Amino acid sequence: MMAYKIVDSQCTTCGACEFECPNGAISMKRSMYVIDAVKCTQCEGHYETPQCASVCPMPDTCVPA
Amino acid sequence: MANFVSLDNLLRPTSADAMREALKSSGCSSSSSCGSSAGVADLPLAVWNRIKDHPCYSEEAHHYFARMHVAVAPACNIQCHYCNRKYDCANESRPGVVSEKLTPEQALRKVVTVANEVPQLSVLGIAGPGDACYDWQKTKATFSLVSKQIPDIKLCISTNGLALPDHVDELADMNVDHVTITINMIDPEIGAKIYPWIFYKNKRFSGLEASQILHQRQMQGLEMLTARGILTKINSVMIPGINDKHLEAVNTEVKKRGAFLHNIMPLISDPAHGTHYGLTGQRGPKHRELKALQDACAGGANLMRHCRQCRADAVGLLGEDRGQEFTLDQLPDAVTYDASKRQAYRAVVARERRDHVAAKQDAAMTLGAADSDASILVAIATKGGGRINQHFGHAKEFQIYEASSAGVTFVGHRKLDDAYCQGGFGEDATLIRTLEDIDIVLCSKIGDCPKQELDTAGIRVSDEWPYEYIESAISTYYAREYGAAPQALRA
Repeated sequence: MMAYKIVDSQCTTCGACEFECPNGAISMKRSMYVIDAVKCTQCEGHYETPQCASVCPMPDTCVPA
Repeated sequence: MANFVSLDNLLRPTSADAMREALKSSGCSSSSSCGSSAGVADLPLAVWNRIKDHPCYSEEAHHYFARMHVAVAPACNIQCHYCNRKYDCANESRPGVVSEKLTPEQALRKVVTVANEVPQLSVLGIAGPGDACYDWQKTKATFSLVSKQIPDIKLCISTNGLALPDHVDELADMNVDHVTITINMIDPEIGAKIYPWIFYKNKRFSGLEASQILHQRQMQGLEMLTARGILTKINSVMIPGINDKHLEAVNTEVKKRGAFLHNIMPLISDPAHGTHYGLTGQRGPKHRELKALQDACAGGANLMRHCRQCRADAVGLLGEDRGQEFTLDQLPDAVTYDASKRQAYRAVVARERRDHVAAKQDAAMTLGAADSDASILVAIATKGGGRINQHFGHAKEFQIYEASSAGVTFVGHRKLDDAYCQGGFGEDATLIRTLEDIDIVLCSKIGDCPKQELDTAGIRVSDEWPYEYIESAISTYYAREYGAAPQALRA
């Protein structure tokens, strides 16, 4: 299964994705948010769309890796 | 003429008398910000007691008390066309902008440090930079930590309302007595031009549906707050051509649902801010357009005209921002709350307020005796305390008062893009444009050169009443110009 990733240069580090992620796959590492590819399920089985990409205020910042 | 006393002088004196003297000569740097112009005489005592120390809810209080925002809530659940979430600048002063985000523990350290150094501090607000109700865990943790250390600090939040109904009971439990909801529309067709999308119940909604949900949640949240007796302020951004004609209907609707205060703010739009409106050339309203709308709404909910549209990490009196003095790198590692300065300051303000009330009554009598239909606009240079105590050249903004035989009313503030001392006004005439419809400018002192330039532009200016209460000086001027005998001035 494919995972999502965060494009660092566009991330505002607002942290919305961290608490919306149903898998606890997103955490702050060295002041940037990172998606753990092992834990990421693209929200399949939880929600219709990946939560990180749905809540992210920046276009094309939470994207398929 | 006395030299200018900086705000620091308020912090040095330890006796109440010395503090009061300092307040008279310099005082809190205020200017208009968010709040009702209603004073103690106009409100039930129980309500007055809840707002009298809140600079955003009471125009009167904003002369004396300071607020601070802690930027602990960066996550947001909606996108607004006037907001760019990426933007971050120490020199920008507008909602949603911050220089550094804080954890709840860092926020506690900052609040205690400020409380120890800024005796005017009365309110802790969380206004983002995202949404305080959506980023709820951080908001809640911060309030809980701070209220344990400083039990008498007033807690308040600002929210877009989408997540508000989920947290009203917890807000009531935490004694959050003041909640601001930004409501720009009651018609989702108009909302669709302001909000491109919302995130709600784990889904992104756009278009009309997004604004339908947002509207329904905002109204529900407002009704829930009203039912619990929490004072609500409604912020509306006036966007010419989008919702300017609609905001009177918003005013009627929010008043019907129990809003305490309505604050209509001008859209801040600049391409350099990178917002959708900024980039697409959507303009903000002119001073007179804003005032005309505010006047049209004045019969609805109490109308706030002193909002400064402050940053999500602002510190200090409205109209000043001392946030840059309290950045994380300047905070001590460990700090213990010392209540003495805040307590001493409150005693001072109580006495000062009694004087000011008496001065206002005299001013009202003077004006009432004036046999004139004239209504004038007066611009005041002030650093707070309700007095004319700022040098013209130091003014970054003016408080605007309207005077007629019916009385003196605060009607708003005007910021200068650059203070005269920094930028000058010969070339771009910013100052002249800002003051063009003003009948007279009152300041504590003005140099010959700017005075001549103002004279040339047809704007009167006077430094006859330095350190006088604003209402006293205006009524004296009005009586002299329009033919009534002034009451004795009060010092």
